Amino acid sequence: MKFSMSSRALGVVCTVAIALFMGTAGRAQQGRAGGAAPAQGRQGGAAPAGRQGGAQQNFDNIEVRSLHVQGQVWMINAGFVNAAIQVGDEGVLVVDTLVEPLADKFLAEIRKIAGNKPIRNIINTHVHPDHTGGNEKIARAGKSIVGGNFAGQVGQQAANQAQIFAHENVQLRMSQPGPNEPMIPFAAWPTDTYIEAQKDIYFNGEGIELLHQPNAHTDGDTVVYFRKSDVIVTGDVYVNTTLPVINTQQGGNLNGIIKALNTIIRITIPKEKQEGGTYVIPGHGRLVDEADVVEYRDMSTIIRDRFQDAVKRGQTLDQVKAARLVRDYEGRYGATQGFWTTDAFVEAAYKSLSQPQAVTRSN
Amino acid sequence: MRRILPFVAATLLVSAPAFAQADLGGVWAPLMHEDQPERGPGPEIGDYLGLPITDAMRLRAESWDASILTVPEHQCKPHPSTYGFRGVGNLRITNEIDPDTQQVTKIFTHIGWQEQEREIWMDGRPHPPDFAPHTWQGFSTGHWEGNVLVVETDHLKAGWIRRNGLALTDKAHMTERFFRHGDVLTHVYIIEDPYYLSEPLIKTNGFRLTTDLTMAPYPCASVVEVVREDGEVPHHLPGKNPFIGSFATKHNVPAEAASGGAETALPEYMKKLKR
Repeated sequence: MKFSMSSRALGVVCTVAIALFMGTAGRAQQGRAGGAAPAQGRQGGAAPAGRQGGAQQNFDNIEVRSLHVQGQVWMINAGFVNAAIQVGDEGVLVVDTLVEPLADKFLAEIRKIAGNKPIRNIINTHVHPDHTGGNEKIARAGKSIVGGNFAGQVGQQAANQAQIFAHENVQLRMSQPGPNEPMIPFAAWPTDTYIEAQKDIYFNGEGIELLHQPNAHTDGDTVVYFRKSDVIVTGDVYVNTTLPVINTQQGGNLNGIIKALNTIIRITIPKEKQEGGTYVIPGHGRLVDEADVVEYRDMSTIIRDRFQDAVKRGQTLDQVKAARLVRDYEGRYGATQGFWTTDAFVEAAYKSLSQPQAVTRSN
Repeated sequence: MRRILPFVAATLLVSAPAFAQADLGGVWAPLMHEDQPERGPGPEIGDYLGLPITDAMRLRAESWDASILTVPEHQCKPHPSTYGFRGVGNLRITNEIDPDTQQVTKIFTHIGWQEQEREIWMDGRPHPPDFAPHTWQGFSTGHWEGNVLVVETDHLKAGWIRRNGLALTDKAHMTERFFRHGDVLTHVYIIEDPYYLSEPLIKTNGFRLTTDLTMAPYPCASVVEVVREDGEVPHHLPGKNPFIGSFATKHNVPAEAASGGAETALPEYMKKLKR
């Protein structure tokens, strides 16, 4: 794996990241990663500030860094959020587009890695603006191959931007935002949606699986698996900076997240001694392999079982909060401030298990 | 000749060995002494005596069910470097030497059980960025303080300090010191974890140099040992682990002492218990 930055530059970025996201003193490697999410970045979708986040948060000091994972896939890290690109002879495929104010830096990093190869495709793992905010700008920097009947229907101008793939529910939420959600420009919407459990793409000589994870982080989550490069990009169904982020307002559910984590574990194959092999790029946090996802899956399952037991015994939300059922994990993954606090998780997890599945827009 | 002399002098300066450095190379057998019950058969469940664990770590350990080790994803895990030297395996240390400078650029340690292969970089390189992968052995850099090898390790996977559920987070950091006294090697390790340890955990391990040990390979392939529902994770609900109290009862140790904490490591704690 090759890093694209000098250690000095990385040190600066680390310092900025710590200052922005942790708000606690101490060793950089031991800070409360995820302790306090940025105003709009790591959010569960309920934060309407999403696309206007640039006005609230200064992104000038955030650097967009890259790490060659393996095969044709690079991890893109902007401190608080991740994306990925696949680069090959046919061009560039982008998985998630970071926040809007970082789109230019993201494009610069893509150019550094891929030169002038055209950006052909974008995949959105879910609807939230820290993963789709750059859609418009990055799509417009790309080009599609358009022809046949499709060109007749939409016009040749459709070739002037990259295609955007996502689950149907992403487009539904972008095109029909809720009362507290911002309008998303048409150019940022997905151009190619799917409703089935799996959509396959073949690009740059490799099969790419788009695997819908129903009712997990939201109702429109996609896990992307690059079969030849052997890399998975998870979106926010797996993060390693916070407790599981469950957007119950948008169809998210703790059991769905656990199911998605087990799906990821089913796909991953360690090279040897439960290490290496398939690599996993999370929505937020560091690059991992199967063992790290297993650690997170175990935690999520243990916590779920404790909550389920409490619900079965008729405990109220206040009683569950008072019992501090996540206290063995809240130091590492919890937070008392920022968007996704331990309390927010407890409320969402309790709701996930004590109420019927939230109404979703799934088919 | 005038040109050659400065060149030779410069070469001598660059390649001059640090004479105080010890050669740790060789195969070392663990000396367990009084630690044998913990390091050999393994610690008893609920034995946290004298360990500076936090409440968070205690709950984590009390929830631990040994059946987790039968889950396929857990079967081939090697010991992390935060525990491996405490385990029972033989230790092999080898040096990688730069042929030009004759300096040690990397030290490898290898422990037999599950092939715990570790690299200790001696070339002063920086540690990887925060978003780089973590490994079981972590990322280690070393330097010499006199004839003592000092090693700093981070980028560790979430590991453990004991085989009874006492876990570490992936934010743990370890400092080690290797002292060689003839045929005896003393390994001191200091582990810090901001979430599971209230104070640094400090332990020592002893090894004796040996010439008649070989390292066998240790292949591992996971299998389904227990048929379970997809995604089932064995664990005990809080307060429901039936085995936690058995250590204290068996050894006639107050339950409060068995549950550990920094205070239980101090001699004064005995007096407190008597009061």
